[in-house]
Amino acid sequence: MDPMPKIVGAVKTRTFKKGVHPTDYKAFTNAEKIEYPPLPDNVFIPLQQHIGEPGRPLVSPGDEVKTGQCVGRSDKYVSSPVHASVTGKVKAITTLPHPVGARAQMVHIQRTGEDEWDLLPVPEDWRTEPLENLRELVQEAGIVGLGGAAFPTHVKLSPPADKAIDAFILNGCECEPYLTADHRAMVELAEKILTGMGILMRVLGVEKGYIGIETNKPDAIEAMRACCTRIGLDVPVIPLQTKYPQGAEKMLIQAVLDRKVPAGGLPMDVGVIVNNVGTALAVTEAVTEGKSLVQRIVTVTGNGINTPKNVMARIGSPFSHLVDCCDGLKEETSQVFMGGPMMGIAQFDLAVPVIKATSGIICTTDSISEKGKTLPCIRCGSCISACSMNLLPTRLARLTEMKQLEAAGELGIDHCIECGSCAFVCPSQIPLVQWIRVGKYRLSQLN
Amino acid sequence: MDPTTLLVSMASMGGLGLLFSVGLSLANKKLYVAEDPRITEVTGALPGANCGACGYAGCANFAENIVLGEAELSVCNVASSDAIEEIAGILGIEATASEPRVARIMCQGGDAEAAKKAEYIGIQSCLAADLMAGGEKQCSFGCIGYGDCVKACPFDALYLHGNRLPVVIEERCTGCGKCLDACPRGVIELHPESHRLFILCKNHDSPKESRKMCARACIGCQICARALEGDQIVMDDHLAVIDYDTYGQEAILPTDRCPTACLVVSENRLQQEQEAI
Repeated sequence: MDPMPKIVGAVKTRTFKKGVHPTDYKAFTNAEKIEYPPLPDNVFIPLQQHIGEPGRPLVSPGDEVKTGQCVGRSDKYVSSPVHASVTGKVKAITTLPHPVGARAQMVHIQRTGEDEWDLLPVPEDWRTEPLENLRELVQEAGIVGLGGAAFPTHVKLSPPADKAIDAFILNGCECEPYLTADHRAMVELAEKILTGMGILMRVLGVEKGYIGIETNKPDAIEAMRACCTRIGLDVPVIPLQTKYPQGAEKMLIQAVLDRKVPAGGLPMDVGVIVNNVGTALAVTEAVTEGKSLVQRIVTVTGNGINTPKNVMARIGSPFSHLVDCCDGLKEETSQVFMGGPMMGIAQFDLAVPVIKATSGIICTTDSISEKGKTLPCIRCGSCISACSMNLLPTRLARLTEMKQLEAAGELGIDHCIECGSCAFVCPSQIPLVQWIRVGKYRLSQLN
Repeated sequence: MDPTTLLVSMASMGGLGLLFSVGLSLANKKLYVAEDPRITEVTGALPGANCGACGYAGCANFAENIVLGEAELSVCNVASSDAIEEIAGILGIEATASEPRVARIMCQGGDAEAAKKAEYIGIQSCLAADLMAGGEKQCSFGCIGYGDCVKACPFDALYLHGNRLPVVIEERCTGCGKCLDACPRGVIELHPESHRLFILCKNHDSPKESRKMCARACIGCQICARALEGDQIVMDDHLAVIDYDTYGQEAILPTDRCPTACLVVSENRLQQEQEAI
């Protein structure tokens, strides 16, 4: 495996300040075509897969459901409906292990046959459709940010009137090691992604669009550029230096537009909206085909899986189903993650379902998180040089440990994006992100 | 050395000392703030642990507020009944005797009893583990076992047993409640000393699941609830809960009828602890 990023031509690549360079391990799957595995016999649709209010179930055991039918929603604005991802019968509504930890309410659907779609009403031409209808369609389709945070997209598409949005960035960085889902989507489904980008830009009323892609994906940069020329869309594809966390919104905006999101602010404060390529793809499927968000591309990879693949997985498929589609785990596999190795979550049960935020399933034979024993801080400052948010991770961890939470708050503990760069570089293997997370929680309990 | 140098320096230093001492004593007279002598007395009678469980900065601050009539004496859980009477005597008020309370760990799912779902690698703290998928035990209601309560106890009245369950040393426990705040799961409860019968489980999962999770889980069989008349033990979502308002203290149930041994008489537990030590 080649840890060095391949540089495209002699183009000067832009980037943000600080950050880290983990080995990318993308060679496992970056040339593997997206596969469509057999449909799972059982799916488990968690009612909460997004940031915001969890939904209430709309179906009861025994009900027949069609693919794309809404099975749970909330009346709250910051929430997102969830949909049946197969055609079948509701077996139960139960509490089961959820991939982001703890247990959560899920709708168990047993598949009875091939897909019968329950499609959303699609506009004849999205270029002329009233914006309000498009926004509602995005909300009804249950679309959330598919980069990993799962923030409801319709909320992002409705910036307050006092925020003038003048730029849209399509995020194709995929800076987490191992993951290649967005990469393959850009190579194989470029046109659909760019259609989605067009829809999103129209809804936001933005003229200027940019596509940010890291230089370790030269074929994706090529494919997107070629597609832009073919369909006559005038947006620049900007090659970005391969560096983590290049795909974090604030870093991406700094790299592409050289604008700095103020501390505690949102991208819309500097007139920018960022969306992931996966989200754009889902928007196209909803607006042009009427399909709700019932599937996403998942990278099943790592040295612990027999055949690493990129698969189009139905939301709610148990991890074990996807693992079986990739010829199973190797015997010596010791850890399975959801998401990338930097921000992903270790799993203790392969029965957990794929959710909207599942960008990858990483199976490794050597434990990534257990590097060794935690040693005392030697005050080397590596974490400070790595922190792209300009925080002092070691100090924040120490203040949390000493329960001096107001002091940690003044030093901006709440601005930490939990990217994991500090813990990655720490020579003493201090779980800095975990400390900061505990500190954030304790501080929120104080206020 | 010239003796006059010695004399001059001694006289000048002595003179300065005398001058400042006169100044200080005058200032003391002039700037004296009359403090209620009762504050000192009350401070002396309070336990002096400065545990902060009353919500004030420490015992002295609490004493000041009692004397000013802004704090209730009863919020101090730590002071013994003798101390309360003494303070009431100083202030000339009626002492309201409250029964001393002790912390009880309402979980018996130690490493040996509770089933694990995963191996936890990270900060050795219950809160940190709880935020990270709820720690390594399958049960999402019980003790996590990293001893946040032990670290929080200002009286050294808790220790972590080899089985990774906290144990309360009742003689030292003052009922300040610091451990209750430290526990992210709410496993610890304060009970008056006279409470003797406990159901040491917090698991509300269905019997099928709780049985799998822990050998000491309440499985909601209702044997104990049926054995007592009326609503002395009520069922709350697959968990038997003793209603101490209606429960007659003299009616101690034969605890051996509980299939998972989570119905416990406190003497039994003390005995178990001593055996374990």
